[in-house]
Amino acid sequence: MEKILFKHIDFPEQYKIDVYIKNGGYIALSKALKEFTPDDLIEMVKKSNLRGRGGAGFPTGVKWGFVPKDSPKAKYLICNADEGEPGTFKDRWLLEKDPHQLLEGIIISSYATGAHLCFIYIRGEFSFGAKRLKGAIEEAYQKGFLGKNILGTGFDLDIILYRGGGAYICGEETSLMNSIQGERGLTRLKPPFPTSAGVYECPTVINNVETLSNIPHIVLNGPEWFSSIGTPTSPGPKIYSVSGHVKKPGNYELPMGTTLKEIIYEHAGGIKDNKNLKAVIPGGISTPVLTPDKLFAKMDFDSMCDVGSMLGSGAVIVMDETTCMVKSAQRMVKFFEHESCGKCTPCREGTYWLSRILERIENGGGEEGDIQLLLDICDNICGKTLCPMGDGAIIPVLSTIENFREEYEYHIKNKKCMVTPVRRFD
Amino acid sequence: MISKKIKGRIVELKEKFPQRKSAILPALHLVLKEKNYVEKESLKEIAGLLELPPIEVFETASFYTMFPQKKVGKYHIQVCTNLSCSLLGAEELVKYLEEKLKIKVGETTPNGMFTLSTVECLGSCGTAPMMQINEDYYENLTKEKVDRILDDLLKKQI
Ligand SMILES: Cc1cc2nc3c(=O)[nH]c(=O)nc-3n(C[C@H](O)[C@H](O)[C@H](O)COP(=O)(O)O)c2cc1C
Ligand code: FES
Repeated sequence: MEKILFKHIDFPEQYKIDVYIKNGGYIALSKALKEFTPDDLIEMVKKSNLRGRGGAGFPTGVKWGFVPKDSPKAKYLICNADEGEPGTFKDRWLLEKDPHQLLEGIIISSYATGAHLCFIYIRGEFSFGAKRLKGAIEEAYQKGFLGKNILGTGFDLDIILYRGGGAYICGEETSLMNSIQGERGLTRLKPPFPTSAGVYECPTVINNVETLSNIPHIVLNGPEWFSSIGTPTSPGPKIYSVSGHVKKPGNYELPMGTTLKEIIYEHAGGIKDNKNLKAVIPGGISTPVLTPDKLFAKMDFDSMCDVGSMLGSGAVIVMDETTCMVKSAQRMVKFFEHESCGKCTPCREGTYWLSRILERIENGGGEEGDIQLLLDICDNICGKTLCPMGDGAIIPVLSTIENFREEYEYHIKNKKCMVTPVRRFD
Repeated sequence: MISKKIKGRIVELKEKFPQRKSAILPALHLVLKEKNYVEKESLKEIAGLLELPPIEVFETASFYTMFPQKKVGKYHIQVCTNLSCSLLGAEELVKYLEEKLKIKVGETTPNGMFTLSTVECLGSCGTAPMMQINEDYYENLTKEKVDRILDDLLKKQI
């Protein structure tokens, strides 16, 4: 597949508006504003079957269609650039290296959804990305792609770059909106959904950086072109972030539905130091771990469900035979413990206890019955939390116990790891 | 005390958003950039400048990990120890830094130069292990590289 989102990623100075325009940028914007009505664009995106790249895979055009047409309230668009799912580093590349592709997508999407103010919520730690985006936004204002009467069409749009404060949960859409309101990033109970009552209680569309970056290409090349890439139910290109024990970690743009095997062995160069593969997390640490017999599986929303996992953010974390799965689970759960917003009890208390028990096992203090205890706590979290983070937090525990129970048993019985860890930092 | 220049910029934030409370996080970032931490006194000042009850600023600030309320070193070293980084030696990196700086995680060197912390994934997992010092990312770390980075920071002082 010819690269689409990453076509100009290695171009020096692609982040500058003149270079972006020279490479064909902002033509889609002009086309969208001058040749299409907002409804046309919503239909176009529906037809393309673009699905959200933030993790849940919700059809973007359908979401846009939920925005009430007759509401007297202001409408907002939010670009979710909080990129917090461990293992994921694709949005950072997109916004640092090709920020105008994202802005062009945002402007078109705002026009389609009737928004005149857009927030880009960028994670607080991304200072460099924020600097890049700030510069790009200023350039776009100067060229008349933002502000009043864009390209003489009468459409007005302002963008506010909003920096987070270092909280994973603020990637979840309702916490993100509370955060923009200057509050603690606690989740809200849904419904109401953001499209009816989002930020400042107004209709709000929220989309991920990669989702929005696809929009100019759909406008330029048409929905049929887009849905001819990838698989019928998960069309388009996808950026896979590959990390862990591979020879060539990095971001790879490939058609949706590329197999795990191709991603790991062809693109990421295979396993580091020619060791054997033990486990793969396909979509960031909130997705169930897979064993090497699942390498044939395609990386798209539906195929990943078929093998008992999820596409998530498409962040592939590769673990070789020297990895202790109990320790990996402990690392992952510690993250969720730290990041729980604390609003609901099962998530706040449950992640605390999972973390303590895993630490105990890892440090050689495991007791008989601990595995059952872990499973019971997971059961008390599952489906009982306000947002999907609770369900995400139990996934590392459940999926490692399911696939590597013997490592837990060995750890508890022998008070040490089943594998010999290797030194990786010299 | 927040400097006069930053105070002016915080006041400007008051009218920037549909609701004034939205100015809290941007104000915290401005203070953080100037001082590396945001202590209670600054929080009160922010509340005064934005004409918000201090409790609202305390409440928001304390939720987010990026705004330490206690003084940190001139250079705040934050090592990612999430999964992808720990698969490639993040814990050994932390130990190495502890030995080198003669402090434990969470502590500051007696000369006030370095504070060492561990943090969660910083979205740089393809270049693990990595750390952030103040605003900058340092990636694909080795012992040699860490030595050089810290030496360079110290040299900048002289
Ligand atoms: C705990 C949690 C964390 C999330 N973090 C992010 C994130 O960092 N970036 C993101 O785009 N979506 C994240 N999401 C998904 C958002 O809630 C939302 O579904 C997404 O921004 C919608 O955009 P999309 O339809 O374009 O994917 C997260 C969801 C949950 C439950
Ligand atoms: S795991 Fe360390 S940067 Fe992502």
